Amino acid sequence: MNNFLPLFVAVPLFISFLIQLLNKLPDVIADWLALLSTLFLAIISIYLIRTNEILIYQMGGWQPPIGINLVFDSFTGVLLTIISLITCLIVIYSFSYMEKFTEKKKYYSLLLLMLSGMNGVVISGDIFNIYVFLEIASIASYALVGFGCEDEELEAAFKYLVLGSVASAFILLGIIFIYGKYGTLNLAQLATYIGNENLINKINLNMIISVLFIMGFGLKAALVPFHAWLPDAHPSAPAPISAMLSGLLIKALGIYVIIRIFFFIFKISLILSYIIMGLGMLSMFIGVLLALGQWDFKRLLAYHSISQMGYIILSFGIAGAAISKNLPSSIALLALIGGIYHLINHSVFKSLLFLCSGAIEYATGTRKIKELGGLREKMPITSLTCFIASLSISGIPPFNGFWSKLIIIIAAILSKFYFAAVITVIVSFLTLLSFIKVQKHILMGELKENLKEIKEVPISMCFSTLMLSILCISLGLFYPLVKTKFLDTAANIILNNYQYIQTIQNFFMK
Amino acid sequence: MLIYILTLTLFLLGLYAIIAKKNIIKIIIGLAIIDYAINLFFILIGYQRGSIAPIIPKNSTIKNFVDPLPQALVLTSIVIGFSMLALVVVLAIRLYEKYHTFDITKINKLKG
Repeated sequence: MNNFLPLFVAVPLFISFLIQLLNKLPDVIADWLALLSTLFLAIISIYLIRTNEILIYQMGGWQPPIGINLVFDSFTGVLLTIISLITCLIVIYSFSYMEKFTEKKKYYSLLLLMLSGMNGVVISGDIFNIYVFLEIASIASYALVGFGCEDEELEAAFKYLVLGSVASAFILLGIIFIYGKYGTLNLAQLATYIGNENLINKINLNMIISVLFIMGFGLKAALVPFHAWLPDAHPSAPAPISAMLSGLLIKALGIYVIIRIFFFIFKISLILSYIIMGLGMLSMFIGVLLALGQWDFKRLLAYHSISQMGYIILSFGIAGAAISKNLPSSIALLALIGGIYHLINHSVFKSLLFLCSGAIEYATGTRKIKELGGLREKMPITSLTCFIASLSISGIPPFNGFWSKLIIIIAAILSKFYFAAVITVIVSFLTLLSFIKVQKHILMGELKENLKEIKEVPISMCFSTLMLSILCISLGLFYPLVKTKFLDTAANIILNNYQYIQTIQNFFMK
Repeated sequence: MLIYILTLTLFLLGLYAIIAKKNIIKIIIGLAIIDYAINLFFILIGYQRGSIAPIIPKNSTIKNFVDPLPQALVLTSIVIGFSMLALVVVLAIRLYEKYHTFDITKINKLKG
């Protein structure tokens, strides 16, 4: 089974270049190649996550401390599964949506390149390879943001590229410092070398490294002081790409790597947890406040992404504080479960919302909230899915967003961060307010005169949005099943990170 | 020590160009300078005064050679920097076609 691991990087990379080689053939072949490859990845990721053990693959037969290794644990598995599943649905959506763009093959190539980069970041067991795959995914995403080649899109792509490459430079600088100090790049080996070296009360190089990583990966994850590029970049991309950027890219490149570095390599310390919590609360609050004033549908969703990312990082911060304060491990476990669950939920409902906004733009030609209205009668399926997604994101029971927010609030109260709990409730309320505005102005109300002629979107777009809304409902309804199958094991691997380190160390010895 | 300070100066120079300059081309040059500064720093990490290149013949007794790993990694990093630079130059050309200017204060259609 270890031999499946390199496929996550190799298959999308190969198909991406294959599509370019088949440039003369009709677009339908590119459609199906992209769909089949993503479907294949989704199937093997679901197959691998069921085995529930740590798998290691060594590249080219070299022994890991010298060679490169790929590592699959349950936390990786959760991310790989949602990345492959949602990308698969997004490819189905793109069949019809991307018809109006001319270069459909280049689009699929870039999309698969980005997928291969994200999978690589998630599966890599080596910090320099994380950087390489992060750059592959980032460069593909810069190109995809400017894919439409209109004024605004190019401007957003330029802004995103400049900020993103400064962030990458800081990340590389941090990696250089790590290599200079410890002389290795392997994650597990680094973890044993760093051990319990104290981060508090002593100025050392690890502090500079932590600051560089928080800056770099914080910008990739769009936490608040570093968020300026997101509200421009995400709405400017074509709708399926917005869904992928908001739903998957900022998590795989930002949150995942922050967790992997600060919970596995550097043992999380109290001051670091407070910094992460502070960033989270700031992102939640400022993101939702900025979203309230928006009248552009996609821009509003982009600001909500910032706010929801705040929830995820806040709950990991609470978990870190609970671990370093030596509170009972059940509290830390609860906070970790909340964070991972909200991560999954956010990627499902935010992709769904962006796909709905794309469907509305496809049918009406506009995404200004004030120019729309009364779409409920004309586009029943899109309205239904948009309604479900809005309820999910604003945390109405029994949809999935409610449960994950509830878990985060309970974890905050149990670990005595009452302020964080209050902020979480307020932000949830403001989110609901902002989505009531969306419902009222887009789906309800009078049908505008110029919108009389619109039709429901094609079947492939409806299929993706329906599948995602079924996922939204079932993730909420079958919470106990989701918890025992995915969340418990993933949270346990973060909490008992010595298992991960030990398994890889044993593998070295063989 | 001097060479580390010069590398830091190069890095800060690039950062200054990105933050303070208004011309797109100058910002791009700033990005390139940051890349060079970081690559140089990476090479310096593996360097030791008085050691030779890491090409060791079979029966030699030389023990003192520079760390080859940073050099291999810098090659990767140079390729990444090159592709990033190519993309940003293309974007600059397309931006000039649309806006007829390189001044970023005049390229401001995105608001909110």
